[in-house]
Amino acid sequence: MTRLAAFGRFWWGFVIGDDWVVAALVAAAIAVTAALAAAGIAAWWLLPLAVPLTLWLSLRRAIRST
Amino acid sequence: MSTGDAFLVLSAFLASGVEFVEALTIVLAAGLARGWRSSLAGLGAATLVLAVVVIVLGPALTVIPLQGLRLVVGALLLVFGLQWLRKAILRASGYKALHDEDAIFARELADAQGAARLERAGVDWYGFTLAFKGVLLEGLEVVFIVLTFGSAQGSIPLAAAGAVAALVLVAGVGIAVRAPLARVPENSMKFAVGVMLTTFGIFWSVEGAGADWPGSDAALLGVLGFVLLFSFALVRVLRRERRTQLRTAEVQT
Repeated sequence: MTRLAAFGRFWWGFVIGDDWVVAALVAAAIAVTAALAAAGIAAWWLLPLAVPLTLWLSLRRAIRST
Repeated sequence: MSTGDAFLVLSAFLASGVEFVEALTIVLAAGLARGWRSSLAGLGAATLVLAVVVIVLGPALTVIPLQGLRLVVGALLLVFGLQWLRKAILRASGYKALHDEDAIFARELADAQGAARLERAGVDWYGFTLAFKGVLLEGLEVVFIVLTFGSAQGSIPLAAAGAVAALVLVAGVGIAVRAPLARVPENSMKFAVGVMLTTFGIFWSVEGAGADWPGSDAALLGVLGFVLLFSFALVRVLRRERRTQLRTAEVQT
C-alpha cells in the first residue's frame, strides 16, 4: 500500500506538479473549448485567454506561499 | 523542414539539454564520491529502463488517432509547460533563487561522501542508486517530451534527433571538463522550454478539442509570440513588485 501510494504520489507530482489549480483550470478551459467547437462556435481564442490568467493566478498563489 | 518541425527539434533539444545537464551533475557527484563503477552502472541501468519505456510507449502512441492524441498531449504539455514557466518567471523576477548547478553538485557530493558504504555484486549501492534515480527521473522527462512532442507532430524520430543532439553535446562537454556544466544558461533555457511547451500545449489542445486555428499551422508562430509577450510582461510586473517589496523592507529595518 505504501509503495502504491508512493507510486501515485510520484505520478501526481510528475504530471500535476506543485499547483493542482493549473491542471484543473486547463482541463476546464479545454472542456469549454470542446463544447463551443461541438456547437459550431469559433473557440480557438479561449485557451490563449485562459492560459495567461491561469499562470497569473498560479504565480500569485506561489508568491503568497513564500 | 516546416516551421512546426523546426520548433519540434529545437524544443526537444532545449528541454533534453536542461535535463541532461542535471543528470550529468548527479552522475559526476556519484562517480567522484563513490567510484565510477557504481555511478556508470547506475547510468547504464537507468538508460536500459528508459529504452524499454520508449520501445513500449513509442509504437503504442502512433496507433492512437491524431485528434485524440493531440487533445491528451496538448493538455499534458500545457500543464507541464505552465509548471516550467511559473518556476522560470519566479526565478527571473527574484521570488525564487536561481538554479545553481555548482551548489547542487556540492550538496550531492557532500551527501554521497557522508553515506555509509554497502557493496552488492561489487558495486557500491549508494553510488549506483544515486546515479540510477537521477538519470531515470531526468530521463523520464526527456522521454515524456520526446514521445509527446514527436507523436503529436507526427515525427518521433525528429524529436529524438533533437534529444540525441543534446545528449551528445552535454555528454561530450561533460567528459571533457569533468565538472558540472555551471556555465550553461540553464535558467534562460528553462524559460525557453516553458515557453515552447506552453505554446505547443495551447496549439494542440485547441486542435484536439475540435476547434480550428485561423491560418492553420501558421498560427503556431502567433501563439509563440503571444506566449513570449505575456511571459516577459509577467516577469516585468513581478520584478518591479519584488524590488518595491525589498526596498520597503530595507527602509523599515
